[in-house]
Amino acid sequence: MTDPKTNDPTPGLNRRAVLKGAAAAVGAAAGSGAVTGFPTIWAQNIKDVTLRQFGTGVSNLNAIADQVKKDLGFTLRMTALDSDSVTQRAVTQPDSYDIADIEYWIAKKVFPTGALQPMDVKKIKYYDQIVPIFTTGKLTPDSVVAQGTAPSTVGFVEGPGAKTFAKAPTEWMTLIPTIYNADTLGIRPDLVGRPIANWKDILDPKFKGKTSILNIPSIGIMDAAMICESAGIIKYGDKGNMTEAEIDTTIATLIEAKKAGQFRAFWKTFDESVNLMTSGEVIIQSMWSPAVTAVRAKGVPCVYQPLAEGYRAWGGGLGIGKNVKGLVLDAAYEYINWYLSGWCGAYLNRQGYYSACLSTAKQHMSADEWGFWMEGKPAASDILSPDGKLLEKAGAVRDGGSFEERMGKVACWNAVMDKDRYMVRKWNEFIAA
Amino acid sequence: MIARLAPYLQAAPLALILGAFLLLPLAAIVAVSFWDYDSVQIYPDFITLNYVEALGSWVTWKTYLNTLKFVAIVWAITTVVGFLVAYFLAFHVRSATMQMVLFLICTVPFLTSNIIRMISWVPFLGRNGLLNTTLVELGIVPAPLEFLLFSEFAVVLAMVHLYVLFMVTPIFNSLMRIDRALIEAARDAGANGWQTLTNVVIPLAKPGIAIGSIFVVTLVLGDFVTVRFMSGGQSASVGLMIANQISLLQYPAAAANAVALLALVLLMVAAMLRIVDIRKEL
Repeated sequence: MTDPKTNDPTPGLNRRAVLKGAAAAVGAAAGSGAVTGFPTIWAQNIKDVTLRQFGTGVSNLNAIADQVKKDLGFTLRMTALDSDSVTQRAVTQPDSYDIADIEYWIAKKVFPTGALQPMDVKKIKYYDQIVPIFTTGKLTPDSVVAQGTAPSTVGFVEGPGAKTFAKAPTEWMTLIPTIYNADTLGIRPDLVGRPIANWKDILDPKFKGKTSILNIPSIGIMDAAMICESAGIIKYGDKGNMTEAEIDTTIATLIEAKKAGQFRAFWKTFDESVNLMTSGEVIIQSMWSPAVTAVRAKGVPCVYQPLAEGYRAWGGGLGIGKNVKGLVLDAAYEYINWYLSGWCGAYLNRQGYYSACLSTAKQHMSADEWGFWMEGKPAASDILSPDGKLLEKAGAVRDGGSFEERMGKVACWNAVMDKDRYMVRKWNEFIAA
Repeated sequence: MIARLAPYLQAAPLALILGAFLLLPLAAIVAVSFWDYDSVQIYPDFITLNYVEALGSWVTWKTYLNTLKFVAIVWAITTVVGFLVAYFLAFHVRSATMQMVLFLICTVPFLTSNIIRMISWVPFLGRNGLLNTTLVELGIVPAPLEFLLFSEFAVVLAMVHLYVLFMVTPIFNSLMRIDRALIEAARDAGANGWQTLTNVVIPLAKPGIAIGSIFVVTLVLGDFVTVRFMSGGQSASVGLMIANQISLLQYPAAAANAVALLALVLLMVAAMLRIVDIRKEL
């Protein structure tokens, strides 16, 4: 087997011959239906590949890189950035990465610039088993596609090189879904002193100075929309794509609440939200599910409260950079197929996220784990995190219940609006007010 | 020939460094401030829209006013505190060894990162923090004081804590250079303590106060992290506004704001230099 990286060929072989050999090997690998499983025929070759992945911290986990090295043999190098930097890097430096681990709303910004190449679903081994939220958009045949940048609306393009999204599933996927969840408000059940059932409860004067929302405009505006609609202040045409008038009303409501002293603080990072909740500065706020787990891990009661209006969902996936080709491209497909093949899905599910290919993840989880995380059943024994820390004692039930109960009640997805720039300007007014 | 070139060669390293690391980036910022942008990319162009949007919005003006308010309060407090500490060190502590020991003690907190120094106020001032718990337990206040944290009070407190040493050091330096004979002469001429202070010590300390003021004013004007953390994201400063714009990839808007801020900083420094001719007095 030849090594494509050899610059100094052995005597008797000239450089051209070596490269030719390498190309043939790659061609053979690619042509042989590379998706039939792994390790595949060019295993020795692929060990030299380093896949450069970047994305938000949420799924850039070292454990995944380690497992890739073990299962596939090649190196996965990960860079974690915040979601704004991710968007920027995806667009402006397409040569600096092979795999972009981005959220669907980011894809809506990035894909039209041509920085990513669509993926051939024929090469995705578990395509048929991907949760239908990401293909048809419907969890069950009779569910409605939620508002906002629903993954199914930006999940496909018509063909290689296309930059506009397809209305229905095609052969070419923009991102392979990896991780997603349904977000809601986190509360301190010991301090709120009353049942919390709606998004509008965050505006209750009783909680004055004890609430917080997140200060990331594209996500914060969605939480704000859920709150305003719940309070009966406004009814949106599409929360994920507001008109200027809708943005004005939403921001005016927020400013009014801020001036009345309703908010204690605004948070931008995961840790800030955990600290606000643990210290008791805040008793009801927008939260992400691992933050709730982190608060509980400190022995402080915290509930990820299901609300009548439903959840705000988000989802991420892996995309391939536009200039990735040859052996690296094969490795990228290999990695993506591995991602959906179960180990990784189980790893993510055990952290309270959801994986895109549930059937394979199930095989890597115990019946008890599956029952707790996915079916909303009481845990039969203690529930541990992937690194062995105690998350929940036996008998606990997941907040919000089963996968269907939670993902079936998604009211909107994180979104980019057409009036994005206007919205950001108004949001800055809210922070400065 | 060589002799004529020598001064240029001697100046060259500094000129190169300043050119590469100060003037070029500045020129880039000024250039980008005239570019156009959308949510993911920036486009070379020459438009004044970024300045029109920045200077035409009440948010900008309010933010600048808010920042200037912080500057005024923090400057006033650090000047008074800085002068008192430096005066004590320079005139009340007799032995030179003790002076150095005490001065080094002043710098000890600065061996830790300024973020850590700032963040450590959070658990201290919080609703269930050390201070509030103590006050409530002692019966001094009936309920925890909410204004202590995530408020403008907290921002000012943290800024004074972070920047006071920048005032102490130059003033201490100025005071140490005052010829003690001048103070004796003042006393011989019949001046009381207050008159000596206002007519001899303070005028001679002016360069130190001016240098300290330049540090404090520019630091507070450019600050964003203290305002963000200590106000819990509820208060705005120019630096924070720029940081927000950068994080939203609105580089041209951020550049326009940075240019405006730079102009303001230069104006304030120029004004201070008008009042005190540092070069003459050093």
